[in-house]
Amino acid sequence: MTFPILSIIVFTPIVAGVIILLLPAERKGWIRGVALLASAVALLLSVVAYFSYDIPQGGYQMVQKIPWLPAWGISYHIGVDGLSLPLVLLTGVVMFTGVLISWGVDDRPREFFGFLFILATGVFGVFVSLDLFQLFFFYEIAVFPMYLLIAIWGWQKTREYAAMKLTLYLFIGSVVALVGALAMFFASGLHTFDMLELERAGFSGAFQRIWFPVVFFGFGVLGGLFPFHNWSPDGHVAAPTAVSMFHAGVLMKLGAFAALRVGIMLLPEGAKVHLPWIIFLALVNVVYGALIAMVQTDFKYVIGFSSVSHMGLVMLGFASLSREGYIGSGLQMFSHGVMTALFFAVVGMVYDRAHTRDIPKLGGFARKMPVVAIAFIVGGLVSMGMPGLSGFVAEFPIFLGVWSAQPIVAIIAALGIVVTAAYIMIIVRRVFFGPMPEEFEGHIGDVTPLDKLALGVLSFILIALGVFPAWMAPLVASGVNSVMRLLGGA
Amino acid sequence: MFLELQFVLPEIGLLALAGVVIGLDMTLRRAARRSLGWVTAAGLAILLGVAVWSALRPAGDEILGGMLRADTLAASFRVIILAAAMLSVLLAMGVEGLADRGEAYALMLVATLGMCLMAAAGDLVMLYLAIETTSIPLYLLAGYLKRDTRSTEAGLKYFLFGAAASTVMLYGFSLLFGFTGETRLAAVAQSIAVGSMPRVLWIAAAMLVLVGFGFKVSAVPLHFWTPDVYEGAPTPITAFISTASKAAGFAVLMRVMLTVFTPAVAPYWVGVVVAMSVASMTLGNVLALTQKNIKRLLAYSSIAHAGYALIGLVALSPLGVASTLFYLGAYVITNLAAFAVVIVVARIVGSDDIAQFAGLSRRAPMVALALMIGLLSLAGMPPFVGFVAKVFVFAAAVQRGYIWLAVVGVLNSIVGLYYYLIVLKVVYLYRSENEAQPLPVTAPYKWALGLTMLGILVLGILSGPWFDWAIRAAGSIY
Repeated sequence: MTFPILSIIVFTPIVAGVIILLLPAERKGWIRGVALLASAVALLLSVVAYFSYDIPQGGYQMVQKIPWLPAWGISYHIGVDGLSLPLVLLTGVVMFTGVLISWGVDDRPREFFGFLFILATGVFGVFVSLDLFQLFFFYEIAVFPMYLLIAIWGWQKTREYAAMKLTLYLFIGSVVALVGALAMFFASGLHTFDMLELERAGFSGAFQRIWFPVVFFGFGVLGGLFPFHNWSPDGHVAAPTAVSMFHAGVLMKLGAFAALRVGIMLLPEGAKVHLPWIIFLALVNVVYGALIAMVQTDFKYVIGFSSVSHMGLVMLGFASLSREGYIGSGLQMFSHGVMTALFFAVVGMVYDRAHTRDIPKLGGFARKMPVVAIAFIVGGLVSMGMPGLSGFVAEFPIFLGVWSAQPIVAIIAALGIVVTAAYIMIIVRRVFFGPMPEEFEGHIGDVTPLDKLALGVLSFILIALGVFPAWMAPLVASGVNSVMRLLGGA
Repeated sequence: MFLELQFVLPEIGLLALAGVVIGLDMTLRRAARRSLGWVTAAGLAILLGVAVWSALRPAGDEILGGMLRADTLAASFRVIILAAAMLSVLLAMGVEGLADRGEAYALMLVATLGMCLMAAAGDLVMLYLAIETTSIPLYLLAGYLKRDTRSTEAGLKYFLFGAAASTVMLYGFSLLFGFTGETRLAAVAQSIAVGSMPRVLWIAAAMLVLVGFGFKVSAVPLHFWTPDVYEGAPTPITAFISTASKAAGFAVLMRVMLTVFTPAVAPYWVGVVVAMSVASMTLGNVLALTQKNIKRLLAYSSIAHAGYALIGLVALSPLGVASTLFYLGAYVITNLAAFAVVIVVARIVGSDDIAQFAGLSRRAPMVALALMIGLLSLAGMPPFVGFVAKVFVFAAAVQRGYIWLAVVGVLNSIVGLYYYLIVLKVVYLYRSENEAQPLPVTAPYKWALGLTMLGILVLGILSGPWFDWAIRAAGSIY
């Protein structure tokens, strides 16, 4: 038997989480140590898995299949392809940097890291799932700890409301999708939840037309698809920094990824019928998200709505039903994940020192924390789609794909990018440059070396992907091949 | 004869154990009587082992002249009931007024005996006797704390409602017997199938019988007693009624409805059960939203769970029976975990108000974690057993084309999640003045919590073999 690297990646966090929960609460040093070690192991193994994938061979690799509930044709079936592997890497990165940034959590760090790591296992599990039941199993594990993480460690003012709203929204989405999955199970007549077999089930056109929206919107809720995006800015803002990073960086990709894997790939005929109108919802995401971000005065809400806008681009790519669109979406999921994690890290660092996120009250932070300012500017440029950074690499193919499907949508969506550029530049000027208000003078210091390391890692990835996309683009393209095959080369 | 008695070994054991406990209660000094709980629990553990052994043996048929059916379904329910009884006895060991009363343990054993017979009954007479053997000790136990007015009120209320439901059910039995001339369930079914009874009458009989069973499982509209009795009864007894008694109720419900009123005549009563299921889920969950007392909250949640379990019944399929059985196993173990935490907390703070749970996560992080696992499992979150159990019943509904029913169930589970989260919010988020004080957990509760947590995780993650077992049990009916 080969080294089960994916299983180890999936279960490292939860094992670490349980160990952490069993440690005595006073041993904060040990707790953080175990957390850092586990996240480093997960990151390292994700990197190893990433670079050991054989692109020319394509398809699902590092596959492992163990019967789990044979009566239902359910198995523990994992594997990665060109679309999921970057997301596994992304999760590893965000988890590692999230731990670095949460070093200062002092209220019940044991529970904090414990729940965070259980969440991480859920996320990893969804990305590598090749079994529909297993996917739901991990999906729910990823959703629930969010409630406690936000409600306990979140921003006092809105945490209870936001945590409940987020949990209920996501739970509704996932259970609705679950009914769709059960319908697929019985309609296929194959008596299996194995997604590779369900891909070949040949569901009737009528069945696909009815159930595609159920599944796609069910997962689309977590992907922040308009009009079900409402939970996301509130949730992002209320969450503590590391959780916002996880949430916007990874969890929203979970929704998009599951919508792709279960919705589009299992019900391609339904996708072809419905996506041409869903593209307009995605367009609303892009433009409306950017416009709302523009008028926010709370730093974190700006980033929250920018996530809605950027996830709209991912959905646009899906809805374009074109090869370029999917490649772009695949890259955008990774790029946005890293970028938004960076943004939320920066917001957290500013807030921890200024104790306010009101943009008009901030200013001059570049002098006090130059590294943070540089990192934010890198992220900002990525967000505007500046060539030479990962955002361009991802967004350019999306626009190509959308242009080929609906030129008018591409033009309007491009306006969203202009708005993005505007609000990013406003923030850079107001928060990082200009005079620093007197109340902050003196007691605002620089960030810790751990924070700098986290920002460095995230910025490095954004630049590396922008300058040298060849380490990811061919991989994603190989994953898109199978989507295109299912869509019949549409 | 001897082979037939082999199947009822656990029942014989229960009777003997009850005798032993009463004997010891009379001879032991008061201080020593506290350990009677350990005797009872250990005895039940052994009987549980015997019951598992008997459930794994190939299923037999009618025994003791058709009074009992020695099939896998009966044996499986017996395992659930005995496990629930054992855990409830552990829970009773720290409650003043119950812990050192041998008669309370003996009454629990007799009720358990009745429940085991309910699950196996193959004859109307046996069925009625079993139901009453279960009910009468439970009435007494609900009102056991004589000095507590709420407990006496609960006892009386349970008795009055129970007696009324029981007479209505008995009327249904008498109709069945009067027209078919048979008391054995299988013979009654055959007789109905050949048309010995006018349709109106057997539909009436089905409805009357449903009243009695609906009361036992606390399904809407026969749920009225539930919140008051659950709140007033001593908490271990509440746990016992809400788990073992409900499971036994489902055992007879499934057996009678699916074997006497067979699929050929099923369309006439299924609609009613669907309505009961939807009403139970919806009403239970919605009313649970506003509860301030954890026992009342769990009472309404248990009404809702009866609704989910009924989904498996209306599917009228082997998968449906198996999923209901699995659901009940999951529910029983999870609900006992929740009640264990309630007792652990209430013993110290002296109240069942949800507000008293504030600061629990700081005061006793492990107890809080156990409560979280229990409530999340009730809400249907993986990796806990509630998730797979819910998926199975919804799957049974979808398989039979009841997609709308599955959707109703799904929407209800969201409402459920909401109020479980409210409790968790109090536990994890709110502060209280007494959070620095320790919250001692005595040995019986450590056992109860440990066993239930183990069950929730093992059944939830390695569900395969258990579900196969449930499918085999469903073969007893189909």
